[in-house]
Amino acid sequence: MSGAIVRPYGDTTGDGMVQVSFTLPLPHDKRAEGAALQLAEKMGLAPALLVHAKAMGPDFTFFVVYGSVTHLVDVDAVTVVPREFPLLSAKEVNAAIKSPLRRKLLVVGACIGTDAHTVGIDAILNIKGFAGEKGLEYYRELRVVNLGAQVLVPELVERARAERADAVLVSQVVTQRDAHIHNTTQMSAAFREAYPAGTAPLLVAGGPRFDESATAALGVDRVFGKGTTPGEVASFLVHALAPLPAARTP
Amino acid sequence: MKLARTHTTVSVERALLRMAGLTGADAERIPWVNHLVDAVRDQVGIEHGVALPVWDALVRGEAPDLLTLAQLSASGSVTLRLPEGRDATRAAAAARRAAGAGVRTIDRRRAERDRLVKRLGDPPRRPWIYLIVATGDIYEDIPQAKAAARGGADVIAVIRSTGQSLLDYVPEGATREGYAGTYATQENFRLMRAALDEVGKELGRYIRLTNYASGLCMPEIATLAGLERLDMMLNDSMYGILFRDINPVRTFVDQRFSRQVHARAGIIINTGEDNYLTTADAVEAAHTVTVSQLMNEFFAKEAGLANWQLGLGHAFEINPDLPDSFRLELAHALLARELFPDAPLKWMPPTKHMTGDVFRGYLLDGFFNLAGALTGQSILLVGMMTEAVVTPFLSDRDLALQNVRYVMDAAGGLCEDFHPPRDGFIQTRARQVLAEAIDLLDRIVDDGMLNAIGDGTFGLMKRPADAGKGLAGVAKRAPGYVNPAIDLLEEGATR
Repeated sequence: MSGAIVRPYGDTTGDGMVQVSFTLPLPHDKRAEGAALQLAEKMGLAPALLVHAKAMGPDFTFFVVYGSVTHLVDVDAVTVVPREFPLLSAKEVNAAIKSPLRRKLLVVGACIGTDAHTVGIDAILNIKGFAGEKGLEYYRELRVVNLGAQVLVPELVERARAERADAVLVSQVVTQRDAHIHNTTQMSAAFREAYPAGTAPLLVAGGPRFDESATAALGVDRVFGKGTTPGEVASFLVHALAPLPAARTP
Repeated sequence: MKLARTHTTVSVERALLRMAGLTGADAERIPWVNHLVDAVRDQVGIEHGVALPVWDALVRGEAPDLLTLAQLSASGSVTLRLPEGRDATRAAAAARRAAGAGVRTIDRRRAERDRLVKRLGDPPRRPWIYLIVATGDIYEDIPQAKAAARGGADVIAVIRSTGQSLLDYVPEGATREGYAGTYATQENFRLMRAALDEVGKELGRYIRLTNYASGLCMPEIATLAGLERLDMMLNDSMYGILFRDINPVRTFVDQRFSRQVHARAGIIINTGEDNYLTTADAVEAAHTVTVSQLMNEFFAKEAGLANWQLGLGHAFEINPDLPDSFRLELAHALLARELFPDAPLKWMPPTKHMTGDVFRGYLLDGFFNLAGALTGQSILLVGMMTEAVVTPFLSDRDLALQNVRYVMDAAGGLCEDFHPPRDGFIQTRARQVLAEAIDLLDRIVDDGMLNAIGDGTFGLMKRPADAGKGLAGVAKRAPGYVNPAIDLLEEGATR
């Protein structure tokens, strides 16, 4: 549908109803409730309905507000990163690697920085996988080296060189003060420095806080956000790495 | 076990110096205990323990006190040697006197806790409500911890900065910078202890303080916890090996010492079985939790901890989309309860299946609380609906405590009425998990503990004995090894 304008849906088309909850650093009284309504109005809720207010200690009040937003959503103006590669089955991935490369693709994965949460990298790499899809270890034509958590960048670069990695997967799950961005740019810079131009392995960053359109800013080849499955990553690796020899001869 | 008695580590040696009262750090914030242990390592090696070389130097008058000696050693202007004969006897006696003073401080702190608990009182009911605070800044943590106590928390855990477990030193002073947690330092311990004592007096209930004795410095952190009257410490026999890739030998040696300190200090340990379920499937791996609990119990008893100090862990991590997931949770929780009737079991909330749908998460946490009430858990870590989304908002914590209060008020006594029938689903499942646990234990006995860890038996992680972080800080004890801290702890002596 082109030129579509939508509003949030409560129980009737076009009613624009949303709910928000927030805390204000004010003691609970009439003035605090007025302040909550003022904020709701500034957020575009008109009319706003204060349905719940509760003191949390002497200095804070928690609010739940319902209301109709005045904003409209222009669906045509929404930008998303389209998937630039076809989704392949495990069998197709293996076949796509086997015939042109005649060797296994080597993938090194790690959680870098102080992040100790391996759930992301494990979901993509471990055989067990994620969302019903097996992880990359399951793919016959991929060899996976999972370095685990709190891997230092120099250690990652060194391991990638020693293993002659084709691709490096880096995961960042729990992050504070944009540590995931800082860590990832530091990582990509280290790879650029350590490898002659154009020979660095494919760099892939993943994690729930990443913006998929930030590849250039992060200095990586692909960013995967929340909910990415192993199949998507494998398909991307094939798309980016396996057709290369053929693509070079026009 | 033999491993732990025949090796020492830099951190065990530094813990001795901390017990003897050496504190502080140089201008680059490297602690003096590190400087002095490094000097001993470079000049004579640590396989005999640092006690003899260090107190020999003091007896010889190389420096008037421990601090000056450490400062001199940092600039390389101290000659250390391994004393023999009467010199050795004299150095050992001096070391024992110094360590004895630290042990007596730990004893006094324990007596102080007993007094305060008597005067202020324990929480009115079980389970104790355990809440995590973690801002990175100790001066932000303090008001949040007080607010949490006023909101109903009985135990405050200050989660550590994620990088800390891999630091081979304990930072110094009050800290305001940390990632997803606040550094464990002696000063931070002291500040938070004082704040909780204050709010405890106001509330008429002793508020317990928890921190983490794990990672490369666990013997030192355990010592600091004893000196500053912390009440619970996270302390798992295998967590560092599996989840931080710390060398297994280093871990077992450090573990034993830290648990001896905890035993002496009257600290309740919390073990980390929840972690197995976040990396492996909670149904398939249920028996590895039981095995780990049994092993943690074994290592703890061996180090002198009593049943009331064993906060063995387990968690509510079964996929909620699985049919009968709640019944399975009840079976697992009840199994732990019945296997360890006298241990203050720590029941941990869902994290793996918290999806960002905070509404569903809130319901799941309600079921977690209900399972805790039904199966009589002892310590309940409060689940946050924003788990895996953000560090908890003030309101998240308040809502979470409301959730706990509602369930405990409505159903707290239900464990009296809850007796699943003998051959019903829950008992059958519990028996099955127990049988699988026994099978696995048999395999570990046949295969050897280090091999089992190396093969990836726990949490699917493979950790060989000759790799991992901190291996360089391990030394096999030489004949004539002296460590008066270990002697005092093992003998139960005070001087």
